[in-house]
Amino acid sequence: MNYNWNWGIFFDLSPEGTGTYADMLLSGLMWTIVTALCAWVIAFAIGSVVGVLRTLPSRAAQAVGNAYVELFRNVPLLVQMFLWFFVLPEVLPESWGTWLKQLPNAPFYTAVVCLGFFTASRVAEQVRAGIQALPRGQRMAGTALGLTTAQTYRYVLLPNAYRIILPPMTSEFLNNLKNTSVALTIGLLELTARARSMQEFSFQVFEAFTAATILYILINLVVVTVSGMLERRFAVPGR
Amino acid sequence: MTSSAMPPAAPAPNPASSLEVPPTGPVTAPLATPAATQAAPGTPMIAIDNVSKWYGDFQVLTNCTTATRKGEVVVVCGPSGSGKSTLIKCVNALEPFQKGQITVDGTQVANRKTNLPKLRSRVGMVFQHFELFPHLTITDNLSLAQRKVLGRGKDEAVAKGLALLERVGLKAHAHKFPGQLSGGQQQRVAIARALAMNPIVMLFDEPTSALDPEMVGEVLDVMVELAREGMTMMVVTHEMGFARKVANRVIFMDKGEIVEDAHKEDFFGSPRSERAQQFLSRILSH
Ligand SMILES: Nc1ncnc2c1ncn2[C@@H]1O[C@H](COP(=O)(O)OP(=O)(O)OP(=O)(O)O)[C@@H](O)[C@H]1O
Ligand SMILES: [Mg+2]
Repeated sequence: MNYNWNWGIFFDLSPEGTGTYADMLLSGLMWTIVTALCAWVIAFAIGSVVGVLRTLPSRAAQAVGNAYVELFRNVPLLVQMFLWFFVLPEVLPESWGTWLKQLPNAPFYTAVVCLGFFTASRVAEQVRAGIQALPRGQRMAGTALGLTTAQTYRYVLLPNAYRIILPPMTSEFLNNLKNTSVALTIGLLELTARARSMQEFSFQVFEAFTAATILYILINLVVVTVSGMLERRFAVPGR
Repeated sequence: MTSSAMPPAAPAPNPASSLEVPPTGPVTAPLATPAATQAAPGTPMIAIDNVSKWYGDFQVLTNCTTATRKGEVVVVCGPSGSGKSTLIKCVNALEPFQKGQITVDGTQVANRKTNLPKLRSRVGMVFQHFELFPHLTITDNLSLAQRKVLGRGKDEAVAKGLALLERVGLKAHAHKFPGQLSGGQQQRVAIARALAMNPIVMLFDEPTSALDPEMVGEVLDVMVELAREGMTMMVVTHEMGFARKVANRVIFMDKGEIVEDAHKEDFFGSPRSERAQQFLSRILSH
């Protein structure tokens, strides 16, 4: 293979004129992290509500929860990204659609909402499984003490369920983080997109993607470390 | 089949004097401090009237009728699957039922207008598997519902919890988590947790059957003390020693029916039904 290695390329100025290639990748990394965190906030909130719905005694609540999960889990993420970005503005009333299209940072907001809703379906599965893994008597004990259903979830079921599902939720967070790269298709300048532009401008494809790979691995390591700290912080003594 | 479902006319009064309680440390406040009730002593605190319940096509309870008077201790026994747990869970509406009526201190359990959380907070319940909240310290287990349901302040709730913990002999464990206690200790905490709500009646669903034999005694001691203080209790248990000691009446269930509802002396003396006799000889032979 006749490849011209150049590890110094990161310190060359990028043709965009906003700094070096390294700056470009780091800006991509920043967008990856911000998008993942914002999407996770949405995913965690909606996913918890939907997960709880699926464990309520009410059939109607279960049906709503199930419908949400089936819808968002079964349509490919890329298709969802396109639906939110290209299709939604067209099917909305015209003035809303125009407003959406003219939003500054539209790819960012779209990516956050799309990933948030998508990941919520997976979080909901974990939350449901976590609640159902608790002994049936826990719900009964809360109810028997006079706690309302909402209080029983808030003070008894969810604190225990979240503890159980911390490890699978960590992998959901990592998936969410990696899925941000799908948003390059709608123009989000996240890490993968930045590595690609670096490759196109400089032809140093190996350096560009090696750097991107290392950065992804580094954030994964940080996430795993934080998750381990949370696990220790919330560990229940005696279990 | 449907005979003998009526409770006997008058309950034997409980020896309510706390002087008879064997002292378990410094003599302090009684375990039970029930909230005010409507019922005068001797009137039905729990009235179960012709209750039937189905799970789909399967009938779990068939025309169950019995009443527990204020201050009375009723032991419910019967073979596995006979519907004992289901019956007492109907009393605090943990399980719905399709036919009949249950009233607790004059409040209809199955009435749509009944404030169920409020009713349940007045009915203490103790489960076979303790069901302490594993993520909360013993202190928090004792104060959570006091604060969220009864609206007590933190200090008051904690103080009440600690006082009860002392009465069940576990004050030194207040800061621990349930997983750090033995089964017997956990069950005593669970009883204290229920008592912290000042219940007017207590329901027990096989409170000792998940315990190692050497721990059964410490839990039964607390229950005996509670009974002697005059607490109204419905106790599902196969501990016939406990029944002999403190029960006023024994109910025998089989296949969802109350087959026998008799004074303790009558039940142990000469149970009328053959099924009850068989059952008794089986569990007493251990
Ligand atoms: N949620 C349910 N759905 C369907 N059937 C149930 C349900 N809960 C209990 N049953 C059935 O109802 C019957 C009575 O159950 P219950 O738990 O009241 O019996 P029990 O007398 O308490 O028995 P045990 O001594 O084993 O605790 C059993 O046959 C049981 O299989
Ligand atoms: Mg049972």
